[in-house]
Amino acid sequence: MTDDAKRSGLSRRSFLRGGAAGALSGGLAAGLLTEEAAGAAAAADTDAPETVGPGPVEIELEVNGVTRRLAVEPRVTLLDGLRDRLDVTGPKRVCDRGTCGACTVLEDGRPIYACSRLMIESAGRSVTTVEGLGSPDAMHDVQRAFVENDAQQCGYCTPGFVVATAALLARHPAPSEQEIEAGLGGNLCRCGTYKGIRAVVEGAGGGGVSGG
Amino acid sequence: MADYSWPEAERRAQIGARPARLDGPVKSTGFAKYPSDQNPQGLLAAKILTCPHAHARIVGIDTSAAEAMPGVRVVHVIQGEGAEIQWAGDEVAAVAAATEEVARDALRAIRVDYEVLPHFVTEADRDGAPDARPAGERTEGDPDAAFATAHRTVERTLGMPQMAHMCLEPHGQVCSWDGDELEVHASTQAVSTLGGQFATELGVPASQVRIRTEYMGGGFGSKFSPDRWGIVGAELARKAGAPVKLFLERDQEVTVAGSRPSAFARIRASADEQGRLVAWDSDSWGSGGLPGTGQTPLPYVFSRLPNRRTRHTSVPTNLAGSRAWRAPNHPQACFLTMSVLDDLADELGLDPIDFLERNLDLTGRADTYREQFAIAAEMASWKERWQPRDRTREGAVHRGLGVSVHTWGGRGHSSNCDVTVHPDGAVEARIGSQDIGTGTRTIVAQVLAETFGLELHQVRVSLGDNVYPQSGPSGGSSTVGGVTASTRRAAQDALREVLVLVAPRLEAEPEQLVAGGGRVFVEGDSSRGMSWREAAAQIGGAPISVQGRNPGPGRLISSGVGGVQIAEVEVDIETGVVQVERMIAVQDCGLIINRRLAESQVYGGLIMGVGYALYEEWIPDPVSGRLLNADMEFYKLAGLVDVGSLEVHMMTGPGYDERGVIGLGEPPVISPGAAISNAVANAIGVRVPYLPLTPDRVLDALAGRGGPA
Repeated sequence: MTDDAKRSGLSRRSFLRGGAAGALSGGLAAGLLTEEAAGAAAAADTDAPETVGPGPVEIELEVNGVTRRLAVEPRVTLLDGLRDRLDVTGPKRVCDRGTCGACTVLEDGRPIYACSRLMIESAGRSVTTVEGLGSPDAMHDVQRAFVENDAQQCGYCTPGFVVATAALLARHPAPSEQEIEAGLGGNLCRCGTYKGIRAVVEGAGGGGVSGG
Repeated sequence: MADYSWPEAERRAQIGARPARLDGPVKSTGFAKYPSDQNPQGLLAAKILTCPHAHARIVGIDTSAAEAMPGVRVVHVIQGEGAEIQWAGDEVAAVAAATEEVARDALRAIRVDYEVLPHFVTEADRDGAPDARPAGERTEGDPDAAFATAHRTVERTLGMPQMAHMCLEPHGQVCSWDGDELEVHASTQAVSTLGGQFATELGVPASQVRIRTEYMGGGFGSKFSPDRWGIVGAELARKAGAPVKLFLERDQEVTVAGSRPSAFARIRASADEQGRLVAWDSDSWGSGGLPGTGQTPLPYVFSRLPNRRTRHTSVPTNLAGSRAWRAPNHPQACFLTMSVLDDLADELGLDPIDFLERNLDLTGRADTYREQFAIAAEMASWKERWQPRDRTREGAVHRGLGVSVHTWGGRGHSSNCDVTVHPDGAVEARIGSQDIGTGTRTIVAQVLAETFGLELHQVRVSLGDNVYPQSGPSGGSSTVGGVTASTRRAAQDALREVLVLVAPRLEAEPEQLVAGGGRVFVEGDSSRGMSWREAAAQIGGAPISVQGRNPGPGRLISSGVGGVQIAEVEVDIETGVVQVERMIAVQDCGLIINRRLAESQVYGGLIMGVGYALYEEWIPDPVSGRLLNADMEFYKLAGLVDVGSLEVHMMTGPGYDERGVIGLGEPPVISPGAAISNAVANAIGVRVPYLPLTPDRVLDALAGRGGPA
C-alpha cells in the first residue's frame, strides 16, 4: 500500500472493488477510522470483500487546523462534506466536476479540487480552505493582494483562486508564464477578474506576496 | 431646497478615488456568506427533476417510491399528467430531503412516462424552422435605388449562437418560514422587487416576504425573478415545515437559467466613392428559445444610415427562454454591423478607422467617437501596425488588428436611500439595492463619506435586504446612477439638518458651513469649526434620518455613452487557433465614483467578450434536443491565459465629469466580438462569418467554405 492509502485507510483499489482485508485494518491501525466503525467491520464476514459504505463511515480529518469527526457516506465529495456537513462554505460548488476550480482547497498543502475527491479519501489528512489561510482582520498576503488589485467582483470564484494562487506562490515565488498557466489555468472566473489576478501573481516577486 | 450636485473636482476626497472594494476582505477570505452558503438549523436539501425531452407530453408520473424513501420529506409535482413540455430541462418534480444525496436518489426513483413530440432546436436553419414568423420590417429612403448606383457593395451572411450566462453561483435560494412569514436568501439582482413576486405566487402579503442578498455570485441579467425553482423552494419549505435550500445543478443552470438570444443576418451594405455609407439591407433572424426573439438594432451605431431596409424573423425553438444578457441585443447588433462595415472598408481599400470616421455623422455622438478613435489608435499604434488584409502573407501565424464602436444608455434607475446621522457621529445608509459584484456597497459608502467629509471606515452601508427603502433591480447599467443619486440627495439633506443646528455655535449661517476632513467649518476659515463628532452631538437625543430619491432634482446623473475598442490577434492558419494578444478599450462614462471599480467593469467586459468571441456557445443536439455542453468542460469560458494584454482608457475628468454619473456595466462587453472578428479578418484576409471563432470555423473560412453556423 502507498503511504497515502495507509494514511486514509482506504486505498482506491480496495474502495472501488473490494480487496485484501489489509486495507481497512491498515486504516484501523492508524487510528483513523473510529472504534465504532472498527467494531462494525470486525463483525462482518471476514471472507467478504472489504468495503465501506454505502452507509455513513465515521472519519476524522483536520479542517483549518481543527480536528473534525463525522459520519459521512462514502459517496459524499469533500466539497459537499465541507459545505453541507461542516458548514465550511468558503469553497464553492460551481461546475461540480473538476473544471472551474472554485472548490480548490489544500490537502496536506497540495491544491486539489474538493468536488473531485470523496471526503473519506481525506480521512486522516489536513484540509485547508480559503478560510484557513486568513481572516478579514488577519488576511494572508495573497488575500490582501486580491483586495488591493481588485481581483474579485462577485467573488464566487475568489476562494478557489486565492487557494490556487497561494499554492502556486508557495511553490514558485516568482512564477514563470508556464508556471502561472499550470497553477491557475484550472480556475475560471465569470465576471472577468483575470487582470487583477494576474497583477496579484506578477506582483508577487517584488510585491511582498508570498504563498506560505 | 438644497442644490443637489457633485462637489467640484478640487473638493473631492472620495469621488473619483480608487479605494478598494469594502467587501474585498470578506470575499477573499471566504467569510462572505452567499445565499448558497446559508445553512440554517434543520435545513433540508431540495433537487429538481427535469424533463429529458425537448418536446413531450407527460403521460404519467409516479412518485410513490420516492415518497417512501427514508430521509425524503416532501415530493412535489410541478407539472403532472397531461402537461406539455416545450424544452429539455423544464421542471417536472421536486424533492426535499435530509441530504442532497438522498434528494438525488429520490429524483431517480420518480417514474415519469412521456409521449415524445417533434422538436426543433437549430435556429441557424431558418428555413427548417416550423414556427418562424415575421417580426418587423421597415424601410427608410430608397435602398434599391441606392444599391443600384453605389460604388461598392458587400453582402454577407453572419451570425452568433445562443450562449449562456453561466453565473458561477447557480440560481436558487434558501427559503425559511416562520408561521406565515417567509424569509428568502436569494441569489438575485432584484432585492426590492423579488418579495412581491414571491408573495403573488404564494398567496401571502408582500409585507410578509423578506428577501436577503448580502452577496451573490453573478447574474449578468439572468436573476431578476423568483423563477419556478424559487416558488417551488418556498412551497417545499412550507410543506416540510423546515428551511429548504434549492440551488440548480450546473447542467440545469446552463440549460434553463439564462441564455443570450442568437442573431443571424444576411446583410448588404453599400458606399459611394467617397467612402460614405449609402444603403443597407438586412434580413435578420434569431432565437431566444421558445419565445423567439425581437429585432436587434440594425444598423448599429450608424443608425442614421440613409436608404435602409431591415427585416426580422423570430425563430422559436424548443429551448428554454432567453434572458437579458449584459447589454441586451447590443453585442449581436454590433457584431453584425461592424463586421459588414469592416468588410466594406476593405472593399473600398480604406483603413476601417478612416472609413468609420467618414461616416460619423450617421451616429448620435460623432465627437465622442472621433476623440475615442484618436485615443485608441494611439494606444494601439494603429498607424504603424495596421496593414490591409493580405492573403499572400507567408508563415503560419498571422497577426491582425480590428476595431469596433458601441453605445449604451445607462441612466440611473428608481432608488430610495435612508441616511441616518446618529448623535455620536455615526453615519449610515440603508438602501434596498444589491451588490452583484460591481461594487455598489463601496460606491454608496464613498458618496456618504464624501458628503459628510469623513473617511470610508467612518460610514456604514446596509444593503441587500428588502426591509430597506426600495431601490431598482441591477440591470442595464442603471444601478450606479440610481444609488449614488438617491444617496447623495439624502446625505446632502441630512448634512444640512446638522449644519442648521451647528451654525449658531459657530456664529455663522448654515450656508457658510462645509463638512470636510472630519470637521464642520466655515468655508474659507477652517479655524471656525468643530469636529464632526462635536457637530453631530448638536443633534440631541434622536438621530436624524432622511430619505433621498431618484429621480429627483439636481444634475447628478445622465445617460448615453460611446466606446471604441481595438483588438489585436494572432491566428495560426494551419490549426485555425485564434489568440487574442491585446484588447484596448476607450470608454466614455461620465463622472466616475470609484476609478478602480470602474476599470474592473471594463476589464471584465473585455474578458467576457473574449469568451463569447472565441469560445462560448450553446450547442443543442438536433437529434435529442438537449444541449451537448450543459457543463463547464465543453461550454468554454475564457481562462486567465486566454485574454491577452488588456488596456483601458476611461474618458473622465474635466469636460466629462459634468455629465454626472452614468452606468458602465454593459458598454464594454458590446464591442469585443466585432473587434476580435475584424482583427481575425484582417489577419487571415477573409471573414469568418460566425462567432465564436473556433478553429473549425476559421479553417472553413480559409478554405472558402461558408461552413455551418
